[in-house]
Amino acid sequence: MLAFILRRIGQAILVLLTVALISFSLFRFVGDPTQQMTSQDTTLEERLQIRKNLGLDDPVVVQFARFIGNAARFDFGVSYQNRQPVAKLIGDRFPATMELAFASAMFALLVGIPMGVYAGLKPNSWLARLFQTVSLVGISLPTFLIGILLIFIFSVSFGLLPSFGRQGVVNLGFWTTGFLTWEGIRSLILPSITLGLFQMTLIMRLVRSEMMEVLRTDYVKFAKARGLTPRAVNYRHALKNTLIPVITITGLQLGSIIAFAIITETVFQWPGMGLMFLQAVQTVDIPIMSAYLLLVATLFVLINLIVDLLYALVDPRIRLSGKAA
Amino acid sequence: MKPMKTLAVVGTLLAATFLTTISSEARTLRWARSGDALTLDPHGQNEGPTTALGQHIYEALTERDHTGKLGPSLATSWGVVPGDPTTWEFKIRPDVRFHNGATLTADDVVFSYERAMQPTSDFKGYLSSVESVTKVDNLTVRIKTKGPNPLLVNSTTSIYIMNKAWAEANNATKAQDFKSKEENFAVRNAMGTGPFTLVSREADVRTVMRRNEAYWAKSSVPLEVSELVFVPIKADATRVAALLSGEVDFVQDVPVQDIERLKGAPNMRITSGAENRTIFFGMDVASADLKGDNVQGKNPFADKRVRQAMNMAINRTAIQRIVMRGESVPTGVIMPPFVNGWTKELDAAPPTDVARARALLAEAGYPQGFSTTLHCPNDRYVNDEGICQAAVGMFGQIGIRVNLVSQSKSIHFTLIQKNPPETEFFLVGWGVPTYDSDYIFSFMYHSRQGSRGSWNATGYADKDVDAMIQSLSQEIDIPKRDATIAKLWAKLKDETIYLPIHHQALSYAMKSNLDIPVDVANSPKLKMVSFKGS
Repeated sequence: MLAFILRRIGQAILVLLTVALISFSLFRFVGDPTQQMTSQDTTLEERLQIRKNLGLDDPVVVQFARFIGNAARFDFGVSYQNRQPVAKLIGDRFPATMELAFASAMFALLVGIPMGVYAGLKPNSWLARLFQTVSLVGISLPTFLIGILLIFIFSVSFGLLPSFGRQGVVNLGFWTTGFLTWEGIRSLILPSITLGLFQMTLIMRLVRSEMMEVLRTDYVKFAKARGLTPRAVNYRHALKNTLIPVITITGLQLGSIIAFAIITETVFQWPGMGLMFLQAVQTVDIPIMSAYLLLVATLFVLINLIVDLLYALVDPRIRLSGKAA
Repeated sequence: MKPMKTLAVVGTLLAATFLTTISSEARTLRWARSGDALTLDPHGQNEGPTTALGQHIYEALTERDHTGKLGPSLATSWGVVPGDPTTWEFKIRPDVRFHNGATLTADDVVFSYERAMQPTSDFKGYLSSVESVTKVDNLTVRIKTKGPNPLLVNSTTSIYIMNKAWAEANNATKAQDFKSKEENFAVRNAMGTGPFTLVSREADVRTVMRRNEAYWAKSSVPLEVSELVFVPIKADATRVAALLSGEVDFVQDVPVQDIERLKGAPNMRITSGAENRTIFFGMDVASADLKGDNVQGKNPFADKRVRQAMNMAINRTAIQRIVMRGESVPTGVIMPPFVNGWTKELDAAPPTDVARARALLAEAGYPQGFSTTLHCPNDRYVNDEGICQAAVGMFGQIGIRVNLVSQSKSIHFTLIQKNPPETEFFLVGWGVPTYDSDYIFSFMYHSRQGSRGSWNATGYADKDVDAMIQSLSQEIDIPKRDATIAKLWAKLKDETIYLPIHHQALSYAMKSNLDIPVDVANSPKLKMVSFKGS
């Protein structure tokens, strides 16, 4: 088991280094940050001096080594635009993104699973067909369009929910949360539906097909033959077995929820890391871009690691093969 | 008689009470635009949203109203010291208090100017001609320049005055530097004399300000807003939705395609006006041969007739009507209308004349036209990419086949600024913070030497023109100086170094009980807001 974990951690570090290297070589093509850092009447000499001071003229390898060296000490530099330490900027915005991702994941699970179960049990009912249609919309419409549609319906037409921002935030010192006030929860509704809709439809479709598959298996037939109530058959035996892939998918999708938050956060002016990243791209704020990409890669790797470990715990075969190797 | 008098007195008292209640009534103004201020540091970032927010907390010696007219602010009067053309004297307004109660003195002014002149300041460019700033007495400051500078006062509108003692106590005597690891106190805190005091600030979320009840100009400005909340909303659709749903009261950066719809919405008002920014094309007029064209051994742009033909090919009214949806002012000069030196004659653009343009091209030796590459930004000006696409079609009509490359501003402007420039044909927009032609000449027409000509990517270099431009910064005889400006424009307009398109227009959208005029610097002054009706 320990060897398995160590091996996975070793691989994780390799993945992180690769991500950092790829993003660093891309920064050469995003433009000149001094353009955004200085006013229009700054002389060319001054701009060149700033570039030099920032170390932007050094070879990519040197810049990369410097970045990794600093990152290993949790020093991500100072934002070119905001002139504040990047670690602090990201730390300030981390709770907003995590709460949004959490609320979206909850929405996807709590709505997606019941819909999937229902559609799996009664695939021919009109409601199940409606769910299928809705899920098609969720899968095919781009996130920003869904967000704008929701804003148009719930904010502009009916004035029920706020169209932007994270309101009613309570500062707990180490974390800021919107879960403690009604205002905060209200402002979470539209962004989390927007962000979670794709995952919800994914889970719904997954549960539906798994459910239909499980219902055809022998042990379900046997359970029915034993005279168990449909309730016990469907929920205790069938649903439990459909949930194993759902847990895996949810775990893996959590990473992409965090990464895809960029668009949702921009549409709703949600003050998270994604919004900051998008602005950083437009202003060529390399310290923020590199730190964000590294952080998202870390989150992905961490989630995958946890999923793998859980798998190993749940499924002895993986653990055993790990030992054999 | 007596009861009548009492009644009258009571009436007056009542009216007075009523009036005071109205003026001090709690009124919140929620203001949204696409980007947040980058910092509160008054000298940290010379950038639109940053200075637009900053002016509500900090003030300068002088200020410009929404039409661009210069007037007094923290200074009551100023002028060149008689007998010494290199020294300006500013009289400081007495009894002005900072938000912490400290009285404004010459020490604060000297401190702020010295802070703005430090290498880490983003405003040092405005003060590059300044040698020293000294205190004469508590309410008098002298600014000594390296040579005569007839326009120094124009720079003073941009230099905000902060409280010296406060900055020293909080270790914020230097503008924030991107190299420093420690965050400067002035980035999130502020201590100015402005109409609003800072209550709270969360970057990218909101900045809340409260009315400064002790504001020195309280009697001369409406100052009806008791609480000012600034929220950045990046997405265009969301920003407009927030206004329509009533979550904000006043919106800048209104997308042009939404203006018509907002005009039709109930209880909405749109104000429009020209911005201090002109959009134009520039091209390499100097190189012996272009890399991006199909003409061998010659540079078609070097021929004035080709440039004039291209100038005639642009259908400015079509661009205004279709690309800009009416939100622009077509022009024939690269100078916004409120800049010193602007005349109606200069502003007139040549009428679109495809036949004449073709004839000129043939005369220049290109009867079949030629092909070239145009570089265009796609995220800097209003519909910048659309302007380029329209122009490509128009140049096509006279046989100039243009290959369009549009890219992000951070890449585009680097091409222009490189030495030598890496573009031979480009779109650029230019605003004039000094409101004087010299700024345009120095950056756009002077040959690339030292600090001058840094945006002149055309390669245009004319000794006489350079000499005349240089004389402008020394000449203190204003009529003589204006004559030189007129002479320069006459020559440069004929040379057609740039192809002007239009002055960019701005639109603000707001609830109909507000009437906020468009500010030429796109920096609305919300102390001037008064609520109507309701």
